[in-house]
Amino acid sequence: MSARLPRLGVIATAAGAFAGLFGVGGGTIMVPLLVLWFGYSQREATATSLAAIAVIGSLGAAAQAAYGNVDVWHALLVAVPGMAGVLAGTAVQQRLSERAVAVAFIVLLLGSAAVLIL
Amino acid sequence: MTALDWIGLLALGFAGGMTGGLLGVGGAILFVPALVVFADESQLGAEASSLLAIVLVSVVGTWRQRVYGNVRLGDGLVIGLLSPLGVLAGVALANAVSERALELSFAAVQLYFAGQLARKVVFRRNARSASFQRSGDPPNPDRGP
Repeated sequence: MSARLPRLGVIATAAGAFAGLFGVGGGTIMVPLLVLWFGYSQREATATSLAAIAVIGSLGAAAQAAYGNVDVWHALLVAVPGMAGVLAGTAVQQRLSERAVAVAFIVLLLGSAAVLIL
Repeated sequence: MTALDWIGLLALGFAGGMTGGLLGVGGAILFVPALVVFADESQLGAEASSLLAIVLVSVVGTWRQRVYGNVRLGDGLVIGLLSPLGVLAGVALANAVSERALELSFAAVQLYFAGQLARKVVFRRNARSASFQRSGDPPNPDRGP
């Protein structure tokens, strides 16, 4: 347990750096590290990544709001269908095998890497 | 906004949320272009507004995953609260290394993760994985108290 906090700190730093540099993608760092390093199941890793993203997003949104850059109406334009989508996504995930979720995540990682390389 | 704009926002918003629920990512990769293309927002404004959308979507997703019993809230909160360290590290990196080198480095990290996940989760063939597939509940040696 003593080594747990520093390891969580490393994951947080990597995810924050990735999100800070590229604007997106903290989840693509957090989920694999939680699976490979902490032995999380794929479902637990994606769920815990969402909880971390809620905090990371709140900090970022608060900072951007302080500069007057956040448009609440525009946020709701994608957030309302997004909330319906996340309910559908979590429901679908519970019906998939761990292996299927992992394969989908690997496809996401390959796509994200391709976008960075090209 | 035209009907096409509304359809685009609805479709990309839903797809972003779906990706978040399925794969545990925020959805910004779809929210930001949706706001730029269909709501005529600037890139900076879209990134800022999408952060608020991400918060709303990830809170709903976390609540739902908690109902399913998948969230380890303590670890998630610790990672979230420590993430500003990473933002600072990212700023330092961006000033020290070329953008192209950073892109290629992160791509390499993602390809490495893809390979490791494939090896660990997709292709393992041993007694533990066989029992895990039967029960649908993976072995988790590092599970804390």
